Amino acid sequence: MTPDDALTRYATRLGDNALVLGQRMIELVAASPELEEELANANFSLDYFGQSRMFYTFAGEREGEGRDEDDFAFLRPEHEYRNLLLVEQPNGHFGDSTVRAVLFESFYVLLLDALTRCSDEGLAGIAARAIKEVRYHLKHSSQWLVRLGDGTEESHERVQESLDSLWSYTGEMFVADELDDIVRDAFEGPDLEAIARQWRHAVTAIVNASTLTLPDDGWMASGGKQGRHTEQFGYLLADLQNMQRAYPGVAW
Amino acid sequence: MYTQGLDQKGEAVSGASETPEQLAAFQARIDAEEKIEAKDWMPEAYRRTLIRQISQHAHSEIIGMQPEGNWLTRAPSLKRKAILLAKVQDEAGHGLYLYGAAETLGVSRDQMVADLLAGRAKYSSIFNYPTLTWADIGAIGWLVDGAAIMNQIPLCRCSYGPYARAMIRICKEESFHQRQGFEIMLTLCRGSEEQQAMAQDALNRFWWPSLMMFGPNDANSKHSAQSMKWKIKRFSNDELRQKFIDVTVPQAEFLGLEVPDDRLYFNEESGHYEHSDIDWQEFFDVIAGNGPCNKQRMAKRRRAHDDGAWVREAARAYAAKRAARDVA
Repeated sequence: MTPDDALTRYATRLGDNALVLGQRMIELVAASPELEEELANANFSLDYFGQSRMFYTFAGEREGEGRDEDDFAFLRPEHEYRNLLLVEQPNGHFGDSTVRAVLFESFYVLLLDALTRCSDEGLAGIAARAIKEVRYHLKHSSQWLVRLGDGTEESHERVQESLDSLWSYTGEMFVADELDDIVRDAFEGPDLEAIARQWRHAVTAIVNASTLTLPDDGWMASGGKQGRHTEQFGYLLADLQNMQRAYPGVAW
Repeated sequence: MYTQGLDQKGEAVSGASETPEQLAAFQARIDAEEKIEAKDWMPEAYRRTLIRQISQHAHSEIIGMQPEGNWLTRAPSLKRKAILLAKVQDEAGHGLYLYGAAETLGVSRDQMVADLLAGRAKYSSIFNYPTLTWADIGAIGWLVDGAAIMNQIPLCRCSYGPYARAMIRICKEESFHQRQGFEIMLTLCRGSEEQQAMAQDALNRFWWPSLMMFGPNDANSKHSAQSMKWKIKRFSNDELRQKFIDVTVPQAEFLGLEVPDDRLYFNEESGHYEHSDIDWQEFFDVIAGNGPCNKQRMAKRRRAHDDGAWVREAARAYAAKRAARDVA
């Protein structure tokens, strides 16, 4: 794989993470525990869709085969989506979606931060825009984790369960594959080992502030980065792609 | 998204302590186009009318997120998805500041939400219709937001200051939504045969419910006269409905769509469109809870509220702990 090819695929993968998390979040519209959370959830998912559009457009332009953002978002088979398994996890209850956000966003800000310093100006520029949004998301989701963890006995128990069950999806974030290696070496991209250390430090602090217990690192799920997804992902895609599949080739 | 001339059972309003002098002075301020502010004296009936209207409007925004939210996960392009999501977010925002405007009249948001969940408060009848195709999202923007704007522009001059100011902001966003809805319809009508059929079907289903959004005929709208006198309302239901029809029919023609009314024609003499009678039985059925989606809209709202109870409780408990720690 050429470095250019790798960067295009890498950007697509970043677009997939943003798209899939955004898609999960809009399933929550009109179901938030508070009206203020309705606004936050819509606002943040809008950011994620915006990011996915930037990453896909970047990938499409580099690829040079005439694919636009919608071709990437709607017209690929399941195994071509390379998002992390964590972001495709079903919403569950508010504690589940909060933990999912904290675990992913605390990783994603570090990744974006490293990408702002990569040698490809286009990708660095997108990362610089995205990181401002995601820093704010993380602040918001972390505050909720603290409220839930240090709230009532019930909320503490619920959110500890969320943390325990989602923990096994965090390992995949730090397992470098060929794309990660090429982007690190050829474009001064993120070093996942360094990010893993920073992430653990950051997450430990949030979990402690939430009076929760950091789960043990046991077995870790993987496969998202290679296009092997969880069972629920097919339904997410069926919903997402429905119109483009049912009415191919028309403008909307 | 919008408010509706909904009549409710008349409630006994205690205005026993209000003197004729106070009432006359209040009416003089209204007649002089002065804005009434939260701390000003006002008749109890004026306060009640506003609370009812503003809270219904806020509830409509909140329930109105559901029919559109129904198409968020399936929006046919990323651009359309983002536009629809921004719209739904605006509606949550409208709900928030309308509840805020109503709170200035001495009722809490919690109480208003409780009234909605208990079925004591109403919301706009239009949101009890299903969104069956993507074209419905276009039709809602074009027709429902279009009707909302007709209703709401005069409310920007409502005598109650906090409501009038909220409406100015809301109207700006609504007209943006209306244009986006029309643009969806235009794209469909310039598209494939299937897309055109989808657009026509959406107009067929949303035309009459949109006309009902203006509320009952003037002869049957018992709150209207007093609201007009207080300058909460500036135009009657029928006047606004006629204005909407006059503006919208040419738009439908431009789209190449047929308005589903055999008796619709332009009366050269009056300069207005004449239309068939509205099926008021359907309107009153929907208002009474017997529309296609009343039960599911309320069930979803209640479920969200109930599912969030432990979260709100945790937030309160955490805030109390923090406050205690800050004191210590």
